[in-house]
Amino acid sequence: MSILVFAESSEGKFKKSALEVVSYGKELASKMQTNLVVITAFVEDINELSKHGAEKILIGNGDNLKTADASVWAEYIVAASNQEDASVVIFDSSANGSYVAPLAAAKLEAGYVSNVVDLPSSTTPFTVKRKAFSNKAFNFTEIKTDKKVLGLAKNSFGLKESPTESTVSEFSPELKAGRIKLEAVEKSSGKVTIADADIVVSGGRGLKGPENWGMIEELADVLGAATACSKPVSDLGWRPHSEHVGQTGKPVASNLYIAIGISGAIQHLAGINSSKVKVVINTDPEAPFFKAADYGVVGDAFEVVPKLIEKLKEFKAQNA
Amino acid sequence: MKILVCISHVPDTTSKINFTEGDSKFDTNGVQFVINPYDEFALTRAMWFKEKQGASVTVINVGNTTTEPTLRKALAIGADDAIRVNTEATDGYLVAKQLAEVVKNGAYDIVLAGRESIDYNGGMVPGMLATFLGYNFINACIGLEIDGSNVTASREIDGGKETLSTNLPLVIGCQKGIVEEKDLRIPNMRGIMMARKKPLTVVESVASEPATFSKNFEKPAPKGAIKLVDADNIGELVDLLHNEAKVI
Repeated sequence: MSILVFAESSEGKFKKSALEVVSYGKELASKMQTNLVVITAFVEDINELSKHGAEKILIGNGDNLKTADASVWAEYIVAASNQEDASVVIFDSSANGSYVAPLAAAKLEAGYVSNVVDLPSSTTPFTVKRKAFSNKAFNFTEIKTDKKVLGLAKNSFGLKESPTESTVSEFSPELKAGRIKLEAVEKSSGKVTIADADIVVSGGRGLKGPENWGMIEELADVLGAATACSKPVSDLGWRPHSEHVGQTGKPVASNLYIAIGISGAIQHLAGINSSKVKVVINTDPEAPFFKAADYGVVGDAFEVVPKLIEKLKEFKAQNA
Repeated sequence: MKILVCISHVPDTTSKINFTEGDSKFDTNGVQFVINPYDEFALTRAMWFKEKQGASVTVINVGNTTTEPTLRKALAIGADDAIRVNTEATDGYLVAKQLAEVVKNGAYDIVLAGRESIDYNGGMVPGMLATFLGYNFINACIGLEIDGSNVTASREIDGGKETLSTNLPLVIGCQKGIVEEKDLRIPNMRGIMMARKKPLTVVESVASEPATFSKNFEKPAPKGAIKLVDADNIGELVDLLHNEAKVI
């Protein structure tokens, strides 16, 4: 028996969300008195995996993994699960993790629970807590199948170090050929993405026009944050759709979310309320966001934001 | 093209979320149910295929009789016919098994579904369905073109997008981008009248066990009161974020 974690790499490095699932897997393995096996691909430096508790590491390098077909990746992970007799297989909630996980669960005939926010409240029966109703509630779900698949919600568990001597082996099972071909990738380079960001700075219609986003970008820059926007802003074409956060847009689960000129419609709040600390800056003290936020400033964004940038620069200079 | 669009029957976004029977059941009292917003994008894309390239569009829901008004609404938007698989949609695994049976029997070559539903947000049915069927699968789809059996699609990834090519048969997890919000259809009076006469077939479920089981619910702890910072004293906000919230 073992616990298997899929740690996704990008350009040979592990994302925070990958190390978060490794941390989670380690604690679950301890709780269930078994070993943690981590499966990954196309990486050389596995120190980060050892540091977060991987006892055994399987690395794939085969050409058959150079495919955009998630079903091939699912097959790869299922092969590892079978070899290691995994009772629980865990994924993160990145775009790729949430693409592959249901496919792997179906192949394993395993019950799958996504958006998991904590270690199982009980392992027999196996019961996990997950988010439901667009973050307005939690649900305790029992998985009845022998094999279980979990998708861990981003930023719900955190990183926990547990330095371990890892054994490393290459893993190259037979896989079918991919049937989905990657034609092109467009990535916004050099910018922090909303999915990876610890801090997100978001602008709404209160900013009056796309020409006023300079200060939003500057604030994000000072904080090392990603920029985002409300739905009306993306619908008006002021900002790209990829920045739209909220229900039907991107979900945000950052440590800090700063909403500027956003009133806080229920659809917006549904998408961002997994963020740990929320700050609102708005001229209207009646804006619903003031009921959802932890800190608020009633004031004109065009005055408040430049002051905030200035104070943050001072703060950074003192704490550098 | 034979298109099947999966329709989830979900509480409207503005619904109050409450639970009954010892927090074990969702309280539907006073809740208005709607077509899952992600599925609306799928349905509109299907309607474009029908109008521009020729296709039949069937909508399907796995659920009890209470979901029929939601299927009628999808018919009013323009789907040709509807199927309801008569069983409680207790978990995604079971729903995907039921859908797979209908897809096989009906020889649908394209299945469009929302990426996730806004009630349980599981995001698993499209991928599981594709796996049970052996169909190609693209999730978080923000653009889809089909020419013969050739498929070109874009998928949202963290920090960008990918362009992919594949072939039918296909399952797609749809989201905003596959059509835009402004393109979404709302039923008009003629559509509503016509929907009453369109076929809604009830099929019995196939034997399948749910893989998961919802035990109970919990509401998030009530949030503490907001701390307001004076617009003339922004330094205090920086101080609070650093020393109290410890996020910078």
